[in-house]
Amino acid sequence: MWLTRPFNERSTQIFLLILIVAVTAVTILHLAVPEGHPLYVSGYTVGLLGKYLTYALLAVAVDLVWGYLGILSLGHGAFFAIGGYAMGMYLMRQIGDRGTYGDPILPDFMVFLNWDSLPWYWLGFDMAWFAFAMVLIAPGLLALVFGWLAFRSRVTGVYLSIITQAMTFALMLAFFRNEMGFGGNNGLTDFRELLGFDLRSEATRLGLFIASAVALALGYWLCRAIVGSKLGRVCVATRDAEARTRFLGYRVERFQLFVFVVSAMLAGVAGALYVPQVGIINPSEFDPIFSIEVVLWVALGGRASLYGAVIGAVLVNYAKTVFTGVMPDAWLFALGGLFVFVTVFLPKGVAGLLERRARRRDDADVMSEKEATA
Amino acid sequence: MWIPCYAVTTRIVTCLLMGLLSWLPMTAAAQQQDGQALLEALDTRSFDDKAAAIDAIIESEQSRADVWLQALLDSDLQRLKDDGRFVIALETAGLDVTIEDALTGEAMGEVSRRDLDRLTINNALRSQLRSAISLVELYNGDEDARLDAAEGLIGDVEEAQVEPLTNRLDEEPSAAVRNRLNQALAVYRLNQGDVDAVEVLAGSLNSNIRVALSRAAQSDDPLVVDAATAALADIEQNLKINRAAETLYFGLSMGSVLVLAAIGLAITFGVMGVINMAHGELIMLGAYTTWAMQQLLPGQPGLALILAIPAGFMVSALAGVAIERGVIQFLKGRPLETLLATFGVSLILQQLVRTVISPQNRTVITPEWMSGSLVVNDALSLTLNRMYVLGFALVVFAALILVMRRTRLGLEVRAVTQNRAMARSMGIRATRVDIMTFALGSGVAGLAGVALSQLTNVGPNLGQNYIIDSFMVVVFGGVGNLWGTLVAGMSLGIINQVLEPWAGAVLAKIIVLVFIILFIQKRPRGLFPQKGRAAEG
Amino acid sequence: MSFFQSLTERDRVFDFMTPQLSKVDVRHGPILYMEDVTVSFDGFKAINNLNLTIDDGELRCIIGPNGAGKTTMMDIITGKTRPNQGSVWFGSRHNLLHMNEPDIASLGIGRKFQKPTVFEALTVFENLELAMAADKRILPTLTARMTGEIKDRIDEVLETIGLTALRHQPAGILSHGQKQWLEIGMLLMQRPRLLLVDEPVAGMTEQEMERTAELLTGLAGKQSVVVVEHDMGFVRSIARQVTVLHQGSVLAEGTMDEVSMDPNVVEVYLGADEEAA
Repeated sequence: MWLTRPFNERSTQIFLLILIVAVTAVTILHLAVPEGHPLYVSGYTVGLLGKYLTYALLAVAVDLVWGYLGILSLGHGAFFAIGGYAMGMYLMRQIGDRGTYGDPILPDFMVFLNWDSLPWYWLGFDMAWFAFAMVLIAPGLLALVFGWLAFRSRVTGVYLSIITQAMTFALMLAFFRNEMGFGGNNGLTDFRELLGFDLRSEATRLGLFIASAVALALGYWLCRAIVGSKLGRVCVATRDAEARTRFLGYRVERFQLFVFVVSAMLAGVAGALYVPQVGIINPSEFDPIFSIEVVLWVALGGRASLYGAVIGAVLVNYAKTVFTGVMPDAWLFALGGLFVFVTVFLPKGVAGLLERRARRRDDADVMSEKEATA
Repeated sequence: MWIPCYAVTTRIVTCLLMGLLSWLPMTAAAQQQDGQALLEALDTRSFDDKAAAIDAIIESEQSRADVWLQALLDSDLQRLKDDGRFVIALETAGLDVTIEDALTGEAMGEVSRRDLDRLTINNALRSQLRSAISLVELYNGDEDARLDAAEGLIGDVEEAQVEPLTNRLDEEPSAAVRNRLNQALAVYRLNQGDVDAVEVLAGSLNSNIRVALSRAAQSDDPLVVDAATAALADIEQNLKINRAAETLYFGLSMGSVLVLAAIGLAITFGVMGVINMAHGELIMLGAYTTWAMQQLLPGQPGLALILAIPAGFMVSALAGVAIERGVIQFLKGRPLETLLATFGVSLILQQLVRTVISPQNRTVITPEWMSGSLVVNDALSLTLNRMYVLGFALVVFAALILVMRRTRLGLEVRAVTQNRAMARSMGIRATRVDIMTFALGSGVAGLAGVALSQLTNVGPNLGQNYIIDSFMVVVFGGVGNLWGTLVAGMSLGIINQVLEPWAGAVLAKIIVLVFIILFIQKRPRGLFPQKGRAAEG
Repeated sequence: MSFFQSLTERDRVFDFMTPQLSKVDVRHGPILYMEDVTVSFDGFKAINNLNLTIDDGELRCIIGPNGAGKTTMMDIITGKTRPNQGSVWFGSRHNLLHMNEPDIASLGIGRKFQKPTVFEALTVFENLELAMAADKRILPTLTARMTGEIKDRIDEVLETIGLTALRHQPAGILSHGQKQWLEIGMLLMQRPRLLLVDEPVAGMTEQEMERTAELLTGLAGKQSVVVVEHDMGFVRSIARQVTVLHQGSVLAEGTMDEVSMDPNVVEVYLGADEEAA
């Protein structure tokens, strides 16, 4: 079965094991260790780690299309943000009449803009199942339309990168407009509760952290399953020799579209989990720079390895947290330098380094394992 | 318009004309002596006497007569309490008043307001002064001043002015001024109910004329109403054409900015195939070079701007070479990695400017010869700085075409891009060509920055705002095709400006982006694709 | 054709259920039929009024100087390039001009590129697996399982192309000649009715060439093979029927001996390139 195959892979086993251990450790250190103890993990840190995990899921989504399909999307931030907005709309509706203006239906910003009713696309977002479905459907639909247009006309490589960037840029401009009905500049914020849980409580924060870890594990597993299947090999074939794949009888554009949509949905889920943890979603998530940064996480971690994307996302964001606290001006220098360093000196990323060490250690082992999986 | 003082005005005008016709040179001393006497006459309680004094001033042929009249009108003509000298108040700050000598125009520093007596006027005198001033201006030696005065008269002509104006019309050497005077008189006649006046006014874009015509279109005389309505429709049509011309101009201007920003990219990306995300920052460097030049040459913004053209080119070209040698050469044949690495460079450059110079925008001065605008007609005036930038863009484009088509470098660049191995075996030093090409493209980005410094704020984010647009232009035009870049930039600029009035600036930009995204899907190789086997790869 | 349209088209499902080899209707003679085909790039006619017929089971060699239009001709047959005019039929049922590359490929036309193109990041085994005739839509591909039958088939081809020992090495490490074979092996996995082989022996040693010749002649009869080649010695060793292309149209056709006697051919081709012959 293609879905169970990942459990036979050593890399997946190790990855899931580390994830489980890490999450358990954080949970225990947060709950069982008394505050003030050096090993205590604060609620703030839990929230921060939860945020890293959603970023890691986003990076996995980007790696799926970039690493295995060769599509460098500079617009995945858009799918992330749309998933986030879907969640944000649900959270807005959950505020109910507790907003500043006390309107039972309309979010504060709509009252402020003198709107007298909800726009049609806000309908249904008071129901959790609908909003959660939209977290998948909205980014998936955008990816479907965009990808269908792009892959059908065989826009690939740099061109595709540039138009994905234009896509997220156009969306950013659009979401900045108040008339769009998504809160304009300020976005959506002041959330109260999610499925009845108070978003300000530490327990909810821990729950969201665990939910992010589960989402990451599931996303990782799904991607591994796809990548390890014959479809995954078609993707790699497409990446390396698109025309050849076509002449073998594969409808390359459909494979690209399929994987692109799956990846966009994963990004949407990541965004949806990100929003309640940071408490706001605004158009800056559409900023093309954010999308490029995500690509850097993947590049640093190592393209086409999936776990590398996770490593990269956590490393870069941890560095960002440290830098912006200690010397904020230096962060952009460090980030810029990292871009150059990774592409020039570390083309295979951290995962490449790990794999080279592993290969040196047991070359024969890998060979026999491959035999078994084939 | 009801004028309270016909008799006086008539007198002034007649005297004024006589006086002007018999202009005689006078000695400065005599002028001053007379001037003092003339101004003394103004200092009287009786407004009738003041009217007479004003007439006398007009008759006097004093060279500063217009200054006095204007000052009197603005209540700036005052008298020092202690020595009785006439002064003109130039600026008032609290109690302090900066003054100059009314007779000589010599600056006299500041005095307290309490030391001054103001010469008062009433409404009747005000009207008298106004028409007197505009008539005086009509006799000014400077054609532009006369044109302004004639324009000011449109819709403001009083009965008493008709005769002198008609006379003036015969003497006026400039056709433009005659035309204006004719229109001014026609508006007066139209106000009196004269249908024939409409003929003179038809097609004019002056807003006062339009006001007069729309008033006439609501008058009682059906003949006048018909003629005025027809003329108004005509004007409306004319206005539309002018608005279209204005949109086209703004579109071309925006297009020229896009072309300038993109044309360097058309070389590095289009011809060499290198994705340089730091291109925007090379533009920024050009803009900052302009600023730096102006800091080095304070008080000479024009010279600094001209020197900034070669300097901006050199700075950005050198930065480009540094990027090529330091990063891009290691990533040959890996366009996506090049994209990422150069993006890193762009972050570093931005932060460098923020740290070294300032995160705030810097002001770049627009030299005098570039400010102002070219007035085509009443509804259309073209700002000069945009026109210079448009011209500059075309010159840069032409120069680039020449470089690529006619020079050894251009030939080598084309050879290397088409077949690197073959070009090398023919003795072309491919590495050198890469450096030169990249320097050229980067230098052109610097030129774009110099031009942009005249249109937008110069800040660390300047380049970032143009990078996506620039890539869009190059891809839309067809990669590797300089002419395509020109056409694409210009047409995107125009499309944007056409959309803006009804969609707003942001929505217009979104629409253009979506349009390009869809267009690329339809024609992945742009407007002017390269065909044949070479393009298949 | 959109993704959704094709999902609702029922005859497509039947398409793959019918056995591969019976799809092409060759009862009326030729398997490939090109008539009056013309292609121009920016006014330059790469193919000019080309007429070509390949019979079922035939092995045909196509020769011609550089720029004669050999590769462009293959591009047209496989759907990569659309001609400005003319018609191209596969059997008497399929108009190739109305189909795209994957359609044409799954119809049974396989192509080997001039420059050997294999998937370098995948192993030799995986390369063959992807090439294998199978349901190549998304979900079947996602859920595809490796059966013993498939393994046997791949092993068989590995044997034929002599790459059994390298089966789990990435294709990227193969030598030039091995890549050529792997690509031929991929063609075999496709079980095509018509093989288009562009310069199969470029960069091969004498022995490798001999093996390739053996391979190709072994295929003829069961399948139709069109070989484009520059190496005259190789062509002479395998060719029964030779077509000479020149400036985008057929200059001569016949056995190797016949065409090498043809004065036109001697003038434009052999005459200019004696030593190659």
